[in-house]
Amino acid sequence: MIYFEKVSKVYNPDSVALEDVTFGIEPGEFVSIVGHSGAGKTTLLKMILAEERPSAGTVYFGSTDIHDLPRGDLHELRRKIGTIFQDFRLLPHMNVFENVAFSMEVAGRDDEEIESDVPHVLELVDLSHKAWNFPHELSGGEKQRVAIARAIVNQPDLLIADEPTGNLDPVSTYDIVQILKRINDLGTTVMLTTHNKGVIDELGKRVVTLEEGKIVRDDKHGQYVI
Amino acid sequence: MFLTNVRRIARTGLMSFWRNGFVSLASVLVMIITLSVIGAIVFLNVLLETSLSAIKDKVDVNVYFVTNAAEEDILAVKSSLEQLPEVALVTYTSREQALENFRVRHENDQLTLRALDELGQNPLGAVLNIKAKEPSQYEGIAAFLENDSALSPNGASIVDKVNYFQNRAAIDKLSTIISAADKLGFGIMIALIVISVLITLNTVRLAIYISREEIAVMKLVGASNMYVRGPFLIIGMLYGAIAGMLTLILFLPITYWLGSASESFFIGINIFNYYLSNFGQIFLLIMLSGILIGAISSFLATKKYVNKV
Repeated sequence: MIYFEKVSKVYNPDSVALEDVTFGIEPGEFVSIVGHSGAGKTTLLKMILAEERPSAGTVYFGSTDIHDLPRGDLHELRRKIGTIFQDFRLLPHMNVFENVAFSMEVAGRDDEEIESDVPHVLELVDLSHKAWNFPHELSGGEKQRVAIARAIVNQPDLLIADEPTGNLDPVSTYDIVQILKRINDLGTTVMLTTHNKGVIDELGKRVVTLEEGKIVRDDKHGQYVI
Repeated sequence: MFLTNVRRIARTGLMSFWRNGFVSLASVLVMIITLSVIGAIVFLNVLLETSLSAIKDKVDVNVYFVTNAAEEDILAVKSSLEQLPEVALVTYTSREQALENFRVRHENDQLTLRALDELGQNPLGAVLNIKAKEPSQYEGIAAFLENDSALSPNGASIVDKVNYFQNRAAIDKLSTIISAADKLGFGIMIALIVISVLITLNTVRLAIYISREEIAVMKLVGASNMYVRGPFLIIGMLYGAIAGMLTLILFLPITYWLGSASESFFIGINIFNYYLSNFGQIFLLIMLSGILIGAISSFLATKKYVNKV
């Protein structure tokens, strides 16, 4: 479903973010990308969201060349991809329900759908009881769960999680990983980047290891080895 | 879905307008100044144009004859003038009548009257007053007077002077002044429009900066560019519409206050009455200018900054 073909990204001759990366992700897969800071993990994810262009090579989403899409159509691509980040990126003046509903509004869904879908998703991330709280009233783990709810409410084909547990304590981290697994079990492809050895070992899924912009390891049931 | 989107975009725009209250106020005030200038130029134009045509209307040509011109010669000129298609009316004032008029005009001026009596004879010539159907036709009539043989039956001209040429200089001067005022007003208007576009542009940029988190999230969850830019376009147009309304309201007391002054200073036009009777057109002009200036500013601001966020 995602296919990187000989992708390189060179910011300048001294700093090469990605070098000749080729790998694919099947629908329904759960892939973790690991590597040191600066190994190129985030660049890889940004290419899928068309925030970065490769210097060479092609990135496919399904059969579409992502970087061939006209600017005006990019939002269509992004609606098929849910994204969560280390820093949550919730809107502070909206409560939990509104934060999730906002994503549906933007996608042009009508009010009835929003009324019925948002509670479902909040239930999935176990936040139904906090629907009317504002982000500053939530713990880090809860905020990340809101972010996940927002990312999946439009039923994306792919969920990208860029170090989602980077700011969280072990218990919350465990919760988040469980939720990601559950979402994957429901059929959504998940791409996760992380520094957390515990998370990788707990998952027991495919692991792609990046080092200085190159893929050095790709294990079906990987361990965190750097 | 389209209607839902429009409603959501409008709501976000209104909210943002309200939340950035002070910034909005500044933009609205600047736009009021620009729109007032546009309106003032309209009024000024009307005043000048009406005055010019009123003055043109008062223009006539007087042919002064020499004192010893024979009455039948003068009447012959009169009848040949009346044959001209351009001429609306020719009035003959005999020497005696001219003297009578002069005495009436100077009845409080004993010095002049006594000097006239001292003279013993009538120093005034007969006068033909000619009115043309159109102000532009005086040129032709004047040319006719210069060439017509009836004016010099015995070889010597019986015409003392034709006053058209003095009037024409004044009319030309007035036209020049009016067109210069037009150009100056246009220049000021353009400058102010540019300034208010720049200020509104900055205001919208500020609004974008304040909402940058929201915009980042919007793009993240797949908002189309129009969905992101829409609210800011609404804000810009709202600035213009509010400024337009306030300007139109502001014009009421201002034109009322200037109304009687304009009536006496310029010829026969009261700008308050003019404002009221042409309200529809002025309303459209001011509102559309405001909304357009606002929309252009927002369009430029979002073009550059929404894509960057």
